[in-house]
Amino acid sequence: MSSPAATYDLGKLHGGLRLPSNKMESTATPLQTIPVPDQLILPIAQHVGEPAHPIVGIGEKVLKGQLLAESYGSISAPIHAPSSGTVVAIEPWPVSRRQGDKAPCIIIECDGEDRALPAAEETVPFNTIEPDSLLRKILQGGIVGLGGAVFPTGQKLMQAATMPLEYLILNGVECEPYISCDDILMREQAAEVLGGAQILMHALGLNKCYVVIESDKPEAISAIGESMATLDDDRITLKQVPTIYPSGGEDQLVQLVTNREVPTGGLPTDVGCVVQNVGTCAAIWRWIVEGEPLISRVTTVTGPGLTTPMNITARIGTTVADVIAFAGGYTEHAKQLIIGGPLCGKSVTTDRVPLVKATNCILVLDETAGTAEERPCIRCGECALVCPIQLLPQQLFWYACSDNEARLRSYGLTDCIECGCCDLVCPSHIPLTASFRNAKARIQELADEKARAERARRRFESRNERLEIEKLARESELAQQKEDARNAGPAAIEEILKRQREKQDQDRES
Amino acid sequence: MEFERRDAPFIAPTSDVSSIMRHVLFALVPAALAYVWFFGSGFIFNLIVASLFCIAGESLMLRLRGKPVESTLMDYSALVTAALLAFAMPALTPWWVTATAALFATVVAKHLYGGLGYNLFNPAMVGYVVALVAFPMHMNLWTPPRLGDIDYHFMTIAETARYTITGTFPDYLSFDAISRATPLDVVKAGLNNMLTFSELRAYPIMGDFGGRGWEWIGNFTAIGGAWLLLKKIIRWQIPFGVLMGVLAPSSLMYIMDPGINPSPGFHLFTGGTILCAFFIATDPVSAATSDRGRLVYGFGIGFIIYAIREWGSYADGVAFAVLLMNMAVPAIDYLTMPRIVGHRLKKQGDR
Ligand code: SF4
Ligand code: SF4
Repeated sequence: MSSPAATYDLGKLHGGLRLPSNKMESTATPLQTIPVPDQLILPIAQHVGEPAHPIVGIGEKVLKGQLLAESYGSISAPIHAPSSGTVVAIEPWPVSRRQGDKAPCIIIECDGEDRALPAAEETVPFNTIEPDSLLRKILQGGIVGLGGAVFPTGQKLMQAATMPLEYLILNGVECEPYISCDDILMREQAAEVLGGAQILMHALGLNKCYVVIESDKPEAISAIGESMATLDDDRITLKQVPTIYPSGGEDQLVQLVTNREVPTGGLPTDVGCVVQNVGTCAAIWRWIVEGEPLISRVTTVTGPGLTTPMNITARIGTTVADVIAFAGGYTEHAKQLIIGGPLCGKSVTTDRVPLVKATNCILVLDETAGTAEERPCIRCGECALVCPIQLLPQQLFWYACSDNEARLRSYGLTDCIECGCCDLVCPSHIPLTASFRNAKARIQELADEKARAERARRRFESRNERLEIEKLARESELAQQKEDARNAGPAAIEEILKRQREKQDQDRES
Repeated sequence: MEFERRDAPFIAPTSDVSSIMRHVLFALVPAALAYVWFFGSGFIFNLIVASLFCIAGESLMLRLRGKPVESTLMDYSALVTAALLAFAMPALTPWWVTATAALFATVVAKHLYGGLGYNLFNPAMVGYVVALVAFPMHMNLWTPPRLGDIDYHFMTIAETARYTITGTFPDYLSFDAISRATPLDVVKAGLNNMLTFSELRAYPIMGDFGGRGWEWIGNFTAIGGAWLLLKKIIRWQIPFGVLMGVLAPSSLMYIMDPGINPSPGFHLFTGGTILCAFFIATDPVSAATSDRGRLVYGFGIGFIIYAIREWGSYADGVAFAVLLMNMAVPAIDYLTMPRIVGHRLKKQGDR
């Protein structure tokens, strides 16, 4: 019954930009699947939080879907083997998170058989599972936010379950240029996406779900619309939003759809919303319904420096070099390799880095950005005009240069979502976003240092206190002894004198 | 394959300072043509002198401050200052007067404050005020606009060149023969002498709204301004603010007593109101930055222009109005800070 109706009763977002989308190139071909490579590289830190702890030994044979590293600490996610083979090493390897510097990885030599671990338990319909156990089960699937934030989904849902909630919002707003993996995923796996939404609604006890898609994705909209018609679940509503960057940011999406502002430092759950990326929903469905943990993902491989832009499904751990070779290789103009989009991505120094859970896009550009000459700020205010958070980037930049922490705080540095809009409009070509990123890191460092110093100070103080107490105790003991001696004094002397007298008497008598 | 490491974002910005300044220069062309038509070649000489000395001052200061000279000159901001000065100066101005203004604008108002982006005051207006104070006689020599029915000597190019270089007239001309009171002067003096505004309107130098000739320059200036708005080089807040700042009090006064108060149209289309609204007050460096702040800033300038014309001793007050509001900018910026998304409204806050 539900047709892809357009609903524009949206809250207003400040600023933002209409950017050339550059998505046609990669959506021209249908989704392709990359064959399992000879070697898979799995960083143990693929999510926000603590790295996972490896539980396999070198030389150990593993099967597809087998647990390789377990979740460790309060925010973490496990990692599973994307294919069958042998663990040949656990060693540092270049990773995209560090822009091509090395971080610990589990390396698997694949045997090419792709044998799966036999299912441990019979999969039962999800709506017969208690919400609590469903949430615990999601924790074990190694699922993280696939929109790029890679926050462990299980923990995000556990936190959400403790809050009064109203809406589940599926994020199909892929607003960054070039990236089209969610678009393709919605076109080809609409049923899985909506199935995931139903699982989430059951787990969180919700009965309102918005699937939000940008209006420049008509194919995705009709695919989801059709799938909704088959499903006939009137809890799910489709919402179209205009194509403006960065409306796909979690807080921005909440504001756009519900007209509620996520309070500073807070989460969407503070205003009754849980936001999940559509890819994450499909991953949840695959784990809960088919028993397959997160071992592959859809990624866009694109850019003017690439021969055949396309979307691919790849096993996690496939190297970027393999992916690019699959997509026809570099053109002669390839100048810069970016993991992620052109605004929020990271440039990497080498294509030996593996595709990880966070990798939504592999972008090859034909020119090196950031070569334009930087001039002083002319206070034109364009940056403030486009900032979705209504910050004053020109002021923030000023305070970032002078390292004025108090002002940085009061001007909302921590509210900056590093969307890069301000950079794009700055006529003086000032690297504003980079300076904010650095300033945040510096402040974090200072805070860490302060915390360390505070801990050291407390330790030192408590030691002093202990020593002081011991000293006082010793002193009072000594004083007591003296006091005892003094109190006991006269009697004792008398005793001695008495004894002496007696002795003298005896001597005289004899 | 190996690559270079860079910071996001990886999309190049679309605008740059040089192109903004070039746009401003282009937008001034219609006004310049009108100015030359009505007031003669003096404007061109002023423009040349101002440009030479602005560039000289800028180069000198850049060299002294150890900054790259050539690439900084390419931001064209010195030329914009020069052009604004050329518009502010009377059409007949000896070169040393313009040179003083140009050097003061670039050396003191711009570079001693730290160069483009750091100057608190609008350089061109500082230069103008310095010239006004230092050479009051020359700065008050205004010629009448070229109009068929006004009898006066329209200076030839040779005569203008001679005056610009030497500051003297040929024997057959004199200061008094050349100069005429501007419409603003006429109205101010006339009203002080108990004439009514409608009587003054009948003077041949008066046009439909403002001074004849002046109003046409105003129109051509507004065309350039509209083009800048269209190109999003400037935003509407400041021009709107300035125009409202002039219109609101003048309309009110005119409605109360049209006999002794010049009409709002007169205020708009004489003197530097339009130029100020679109080209002077919109200098981003010395203006307020937020949208609301810019409205306040513009309105303040407009209002002060009106106040000086009405109650001050100078006939026009554009330069003073701009400089005064420049000083208020830090306060305006602070008071009009937008509410950060996700933060509570200041008033509701309990902190
Ligand atoms: S990067 Fe930060 S300051 Fe710049 S526009 Fe985005 S949120 Fe605003
Ligand atoms: S856009 Fe650039 S030049 Fe303009 S105010 Fe912002 S930082 Fe300054």
